[in-house]
Amino acid sequence: MHAISKFLTSRWGPILTGIVVGVLAPLLVKFGNPGNMGICVACFNRDIAGALGIHRAATVQYIRPEIIGFVLGALVAALLFREFKPRGGSSPLIRFLLGMFAMIGALVFLGCPWRAYLRLSGGDWNAIPGILGLFAGIGLGIVFLKRGFSLGRSRPTSPVAAWVMPVFVVVLLALLLIAPLFGRDADGNPVGPIFFSQSGPGSLHAPLLISLAAGLLIGFLAQRSRFCTVGALRDVVLLRDMHLLNGVIALLVAAFLTNLALGQFKPGFEGQPVAHTNLLWNFGGMVLAGLAFTLAGGCPGRQVFLSGEGDADAAIFVFGMLAGAGVAHTFSLASSPAGPGAYGPAAVVIGLVLLSIIGLTMRETRSA
Amino acid sequence: MSEKKTLDVRGLSCPEPAMLTREALIKLVKGTLIVLTDSATSRNNIERTGKLAGWSAEVTQDDEQTYRIKLTK
Repeated sequence: MHAISKFLTSRWGPILTGIVVGVLAPLLVKFGNPGNMGICVACFNRDIAGALGIHRAATVQYIRPEIIGFVLGALVAALLFREFKPRGGSSPLIRFLLGMFAMIGALVFLGCPWRAYLRLSGGDWNAIPGILGLFAGIGLGIVFLKRGFSLGRSRPTSPVAAWVMPVFVVVLLALLLIAPLFGRDADGNPVGPIFFSQSGPGSLHAPLLISLAAGLLIGFLAQRSRFCTVGALRDVVLLRDMHLLNGVIALLVAAFLTNLALGQFKPGFEGQPVAHTNLLWNFGGMVLAGLAFTLAGGCPGRQVFLSGEGDADAAIFVFGMLAGAGVAHTFSLASSPAGPGAYGPAAVVIGLVLLSIIGLTMRETRSA
Repeated sequence: MSEKKTLDVRGLSCPEPAMLTREALIKLVKGTLIVLTDSATSRNNIERTGKLAGWSAEVTQDDEQTYRIKLTK
């Protein structure tokens, strides 16, 4: 067991995690997940928000077992290797906001950083401006970090806080399996939530056990290897450290080869699954998301894994993402294959202004 | 004369622990830097950052909450 852990925390850890994600994600598409969306931490949280009725976009409602697996896989790894540590109290409200705006930005692009790389590996060239936007957002975040930005220190906290997210996803699993109908229409007939899409991306999903198993495996590996798609570029620029970037490169190569082998590599801009062709807002959406992830300390996947190992601040970020999905799909901010939503571009601009204020003003006396 | 400094990064989010360590090492040029952290992730990152900059690293654990990384050059 010690040898496995040593391997996963070595330079090979992120690479192995990247390969596993790169192979499993296209396979999940093969098994039924939406196109180039084998795994998307933003889209999947958005689907969960839809299933719970936090938004009512009928095409994107499903409790994604991958996310449940992410949390529980990370929890198991953290418990097994004595890294489960209840902690919190580092600007929770700001982290909630960052989670909201990360989700809003991601839904203007139509994907989180994980999906941006997976879209690229499937030949969706619209991902290129998105990835460039992600780089720009991370770059902006680095400027703020260098100027002394900090959300402040977390402190050890009650185990109760640390268990909120693991218990929440177990409840989600129960709701997925039982599919109760909590709502009542005007005539008193039971309706959702829980909502499950009858058409659209939310209706497309791999078999539950396969999705859950893939999530558990990735959650376990990523907790050990600290896999992070935002830290990847950030650490190269800030620390001259390739450790995490190697993982993202491994993901890209593995996903490209797997897509090729499965006949899922379809190069082009037009007609890509769950994507639009607006260059400017593919870029802009990801600038906002990239900045939000950098200020919060990691990509959405990383936030989910941290929430499974006792980090209550990361859990707050994830709940912020659920709320952000609600806002994005209720206020016409989210894009569709037709293009950006009516108020999506305005929301990106507002988000960038707000996050810049946060980036410029929040500091911490950092050395003892 | 070799200087000895201590840096407390307990509770800080990524990438601050490694970033502050790197800044401190560049400032120190030579000597000993003790970094205190409460996160296993930061422990690994600080150790790696030190080694990448050509410092030798020694990790010990004070208690259940605190790791102590001793970087020397």
